Amino acid sequence: MAEVPTEDLKHTPLYERHVTAGGRIVPFGGYALPVQYPTGIMTEHKWTRDNAGLFDVSHMGPGFLTLNTPSGDAETDHAAIAAIIEPLICGDIAGLKPGQIRYTLLLNESGGALDDLMVARSKTPGTLFIVVNAGTKEGDFARIAAAAGNKATLKRADDNALLALQGPEAVNVMAALVPPAADLGFMQFGEFDWNGTPVTISRSGYTGEDGFEILAPAHMSVALWDELLTDPRVRPIGLGARDSLRLEAGLPLYGHDLDETVSPIEADLGFAVSKRRREAADFPGAQRILAERDGKLSRKRVGLLVEGAPAREGAEILDALGTAIGVVTSGGFAPSLGKAIALGFVSPEHTAIGTKLQVSVRGRSQPAEVVPTPFVPHRYFRKSV
Amino acid sequence: MTTKFTPDHEYIRVEGSTGIVGITPYAQEQLGDIVFVELPAVGKALKKGDEAAVVESVKAASEIYAPVTGTIVEVNSLLTNEPGLVNSDPEAAGWMFKIAISDASELDTLLDADGYAELTL
Repeated sequence: MAEVPTEDLKHTPLYERHVTAGGRIVPFGGYALPVQYPTGIMTEHKWTRDNAGLFDVSHMGPGFLTLNTPSGDAETDHAAIAAIIEPLICGDIAGLKPGQIRYTLLLNESGGALDDLMVARSKTPGTLFIVVNAGTKEGDFARIAAAAGNKATLKRADDNALLALQGPEAVNVMAALVPPAADLGFMQFGEFDWNGTPVTISRSGYTGEDGFEILAPAHMSVALWDELLTDPRVRPIGLGARDSLRLEAGLPLYGHDLDETVSPIEADLGFAVSKRRREAADFPGAQRILAERDGKLSRKRVGLLVEGAPAREGAEILDALGTAIGVVTSGGFAPSLGKAIALGFVSPEHTAIGTKLQVSVRGRSQPAEVVPTPFVPHRYFRKSV
Repeated sequence: MTTKFTPDHEYIRVEGSTGIVGITPYAQEQLGDIVFVELPAVGKALKKGDEAAVVESVKAASEIYAPVTGTIVEVNSLLTNEPGLVNSDPEAAGWMFKIAISDASELDTLLDADGYAELTL
């Protein structure tokens, strides 16, 4: 419970609001952010699952990649901008419709994940909206800018505020705030107007719930935060519940469940390797990733239901006989389930649903079982386009 | 009956030659929602400062140390199913274990209520 020096940390535009609300401030990704408010992680977690939670995720890395000399033809310009980013990632960006978002991975030459990110096609021809992780944004942006060369310009937007509104009531809150944004489908985004302020709103998030992410100019962000909180369905939620929500949703956290050695197939993110890219084998590390897809795997990410004490990151995973077969990469208590859950990597012969394993917690073995993820079903609002 | 405190936020309420150990209201507040408590085995001998129990919040595990040398004589088994008692009633229903105190003079090395209060200002 030692105090952490916070003076060297960056502040988001909403820092004062977090302090005023009694948020317990901790360092995260170089920023001073609230891990929880006075109500606590458990209450905040459940509030988000039942109502709507408001998260300050301004530490993340939004940006816009725009073609320097657009032709004026929307399809030509989109193809040109997609061709700049695609060599870095495994997702099909050329195939996106205007306003569509894709979850993808930035890969190194050995097929390891440098980051997981969102890439979206703007309705403005020749422009991509990109959101990367806080801890990796400097490297990611440098890589993207280098790929852009003199053909395109990356405009960082991480001096703005990024808010996430998540939970079953989020859509009703949005319908009152920016009515047209409530019509977005899951993984769609657009440019909207909020009281004369331009905002970028996407129907996305990292909690497993329906919800939105709102990019707003820093100088308007406190007013936006305050207006959202005037709605009784909305409460501010800290990083602690953000983590327990994403863990229940079975979503990987970069730097924990994903790193430079982990491939999309190992991480059970095969869906992020788009069909067109797979067939063309034209992404970094394609040889390894395609071989792994054909079954030549040494480890794979699984979900574990843990009996007893939570198995945290670094806990060893054992088979039924006690032989070490893997390691927990994130784990904790699932407030929605009242049980401990974990994500971890194990050798492929132990990945079948129902496999009885063990985890080592403080030197003692506890039963664990391979279960499907998400641990708590996703409730995204999917819409046929 | 006296209650003493450690700088690690355990309390020990002394009743004769037995000490009842738990964590302070300040500590439970700092830890947040307790979701799991791992208690020591009855009969276990512990030295002052040994790890005696573990409390898990949603986010992290924290060790609870033996405030004095002694032997565990009883544990609060209610905490197995209701770990939240540590949050709601840390000084009474949320106690963790009772320890038979080997050397009462060790109590003199602990903080009194005023000393502990100063620490958590």
